[in-house]
Amino acid sequence: MKRRPFLKALTLSAAISGLGLGSSDLYAQAKTVKVGVLHSLSGTMAISETVLKDVVLMAVEEINAKGGVMGAKIEPVVVDPASNWPLFAEKARQLLTQDKVAVVFGCWTSVSRKSVLPVFEELNGLLFYPVQYEGEEISKNVFYTGAAPNQQAIPAVEYLMSKEGGGAKRWVLLGTDYVYPRTTNKILRAFLKSKGVAEKDIDEKYTPFGHADYQTIVADIKKFSAGGKTAVVSTINGDSNVPFYKELGNQGLKATDVPVVAFSVGEEELRGVDTKPLVGHLAAWNYFMSLKNPENDAWKKKWAAYTKAKKLSYAGRPLTNDPMEAAYIGVYMWKQAVEKAKSFDVDKVRVATYGQTFKAPSGITSKMDEKNHHLHKAVFIGEVKADGQFNVVWRTKGPVKAQPWSPFIAGNDKKKDEPALMAVKK
Amino acid sequence: MRGCRGSPSSYMRTLLVAWCLFASSAFALDRAAVEKLAFGESDEKIEAIGALAAEGDPKAADLLQAVSDGEVQTAGKRVLIVRGESAVDALTGEKVAPLPPEREEVVANNRLRGAIAGALAALKLLSADPHERLAAAKQLSGGANPAMLPLVRKALEKETDPGIKPLLEMVAAAMELKGEGKETRLAAIRTLGRSGNPNAKTLLLEAAADADEDIRLEAQKSLRAVEGRLVWGEWLGLAFAGVSLGSILLLAALGLAITYGLMGVINMAHGELIMVGAYTTYVVQNAFRAYAPGAFDWYLVCAVPAAFVVSGAVGMALERSVIRWLYGRPLETLLATWGISLILIQGVRTIFGAQNVGVENPAFMSGGVQVLANVVLPWSRIVIVCFAAGVVAAMWLMLTRTRLGLFVRGVTQNRAMASCVGVPTARVDTWAFGLGSGIAGLAGCALSQIGNVGPELGQGYIVDSFMVVVFGGVGQLAGTVYAALTLGFANKLLESWSGAVIAKIAVLVFIIVFIQRRPQGLFALKGRAVET
Repeated sequence: MKRRPFLKALTLSAAISGLGLGSSDLYAQAKTVKVGVLHSLSGTMAISETVLKDVVLMAVEEINAKGGVMGAKIEPVVVDPASNWPLFAEKARQLLTQDKVAVVFGCWTSVSRKSVLPVFEELNGLLFYPVQYEGEEISKNVFYTGAAPNQQAIPAVEYLMSKEGGGAKRWVLLGTDYVYPRTTNKILRAFLKSKGVAEKDIDEKYTPFGHADYQTIVADIKKFSAGGKTAVVSTINGDSNVPFYKELGNQGLKATDVPVVAFSVGEEELRGVDTKPLVGHLAAWNYFMSLKNPENDAWKKKWAAYTKAKKLSYAGRPLTNDPMEAAYIGVYMWKQAVEKAKSFDVDKVRVATYGQTFKAPSGITSKMDEKNHHLHKAVFIGEVKADGQFNVVWRTKGPVKAQPWSPFIAGNDKKKDEPALMAVKK
Repeated sequence: MRGCRGSPSSYMRTLLVAWCLFASSAFALDRAAVEKLAFGESDEKIEAIGALAAEGDPKAADLLQAVSDGEVQTAGKRVLIVRGESAVDALTGEKVAPLPPEREEVVANNRLRGAIAGALAALKLLSADPHERLAAAKQLSGGANPAMLPLVRKALEKETDPGIKPLLEMVAAAMELKGEGKETRLAAIRTLGRSGNPNAKTLLLEAAADADEDIRLEAQKSLRAVEGRLVWGEWLGLAFAGVSLGSILLLAALGLAITYGLMGVINMAHGELIMVGAYTTYVVQNAFRAYAPGAFDWYLVCAVPAAFVVSGAVGMALERSVIRWLYGRPLETLLATWGISLILIQGVRTIFGAQNVGVENPAFMSGGVQVLANVVLPWSRIVIVCFAAGVVAAMWLMLTRTRLGLFVRGVTQNRAMASCVGVPTARVDTWAFGLGSGIAGLAGCALSQIGNVGPELGQGYIVDSFMVVVFGGVGQLAGTVYAALTLGFANKLLESWSGAVIAKIAVLVFIIVFIQRRPQGLFALKGRAVET
């Protein structure tokens, strides 16, 4: 209790110094600006997130090489929340209060995003979130550069229902047990029902994070598939995917019989897997490394050169994937917004981000929606090839606008497609 | 199924093309079909696959296989089969060099690949090699295009192999079921009723909802028969899954059964000793890949002893440096070993990086053996079950038949008395701890074959290991074996009823209740040792 006065004095002085820095124009002309990078570099999610940290650093280096943002060099502050959700919140607070970063690029799982969200709203920070997720959220402090369900999950299921995708009649919804798979499957269940799929033809299953024994699950899928053409929708996240796909291959479940479409498996996750038995299984994303267009070619080259120059562990086989693309777009969107706002102030940058466009490696011009904080994205469906790359078998005609509030969840029709309410609450 | 049976017009066309290109090969692929296959819409492609397969030309089979493997590209109007750096014109068989710069891939999705696999299998039904015929029949039993019925019937007439004939009968029945004529359909349903294949169930389910009542009734009867057979397979699969999980738990817990069970050291770093074993396997694998790629499939032969030795050495070093000063002080031991576990995790993270490393299975450990139509037992798991049995046997021999085993048992039962009769208790402790740690290393080597290898690998197994040892009864080797298998079965059984998350909770609740009722575990030590 004795410490109180001291603490008070400390926060007061911090507030004053913060005020002084924030309001004066000196801040904008300072030599450097700090940005936070909040990705798990260890633990079960490291398989997916480590590479995002590197791609953000690459974008930062590129921007710095061209003179930085408004003349200020970007100084990245990298922290490791270690796949530990409460630690995400702690590290986010540290980035915003101690390091005073102008923006944070980070998070993969929805549970990590949910745990940092209160911190960003309380301290009015800015987060660019680069991964596909379940929707049901718009915060004025977050820009979502990954896909909402209608930009990934729904088109994938529609494809598998079509004649081209095999005309699936029965569905196994398999996921890791946390908020993203649960919510996505809730949306998909409602969507499937609206398409006339009966309750008995949907099987929902969950496994804990880091689950390693998929024997019974694969056996159950086999049993279920005897009742009619079956497709599996996998929202398994992290390194559990490796044992799952190994088991699929070993038990001889082929994609021509039971296709598995995954929403969290990209080129990077397949790196450690023998992909020959997996040929034909699907993934739905807004970017694939195998896409052929000039932007993508240039981007892949840059990434290969960067991994080599930095001697990163994947330099031997540099892969790119969807969340990497989204993370990369995020950094540039922020840079463009700062330049438009001529300030690092979060509220000004936020308004300036609306309507920003960027020529994305996916081959389209990605636009940040004017209202709902989500990117307009094209949707691709790819089949796994023997070399671990994806063969694009279906694509949307053009960019699709995100629907963060899925119409397949009751009550969502009344929710506004913009974060206005929270802005007032502030 | 050989020769050029193209229509006269296509023959002429080919000749013309051949003449134009000064080529001498006698290609007779139907140009229209090839073009449809390369440039058409999906439905046209499927049609073209049928047409090309009907030609029966080996070149057609080659082209179809190339489409399925994603080796076909188009350049302008030409259709090329590109393999590596060389390309062949699909129509003429001409070598195309250099490769045209602007090429488009012909994308084959699951639907096309399925159709191609069916068509190719149908072609192979008449092959002279019985293995090829068997593979083809198996492929077709996974569902085939009813248009191939005449071909299947023809193959059926010729077939004499008792292993292949029933399969073909099923294939024919599956096609006839979708055809016309009530009698043939009824006969087909009866044939399918004799099958144990899950596909038969799928077909019969459809037929069981047929408009015709006779067919419906017959289908329901057959369906019950098929389901009865499938249930056997399901139980067998479940039992194997239980044994497999049990063997993994057993391997993870065996080392602990010595260090904790026999020596009473609460070793929180046990999981990390498993992890050290897994990383040793990874290092050995890399060494083989770099220096002896030809013998890569046999790297496990080296990795198993290496994992044992490295983990054992780490364990002995721990015992000598830290744990021996803390004997008889369980709380301090727990804290100290927990600290060591963090050091080991961080050390590995520093050396190998925080990301998981890839350990590849040797070729003989991927895939599986088909026991019943709906049960495939993966080789990797079979090998691990055998390995676990071997380790238990070796350990049992070690403890009962060797001098070290005698000393270990003696020290466990009465340290003071053993010391009095001249047993070097301190050295025995070190060796016993090394043995337990080495077995943890073996567990790591086995785990690397089925799961992920990362710095946190051990964290996932430490709780399970303690659970097994406590459940089995501390100080009992047999108890550990029974406990591991019981928990494996219970986990898998519950998982198939209630899902993985609930199963995990249920097993923990079960153990809590069990330990409350019977604190000494499944098998209790009897006699004076208990009192001390």
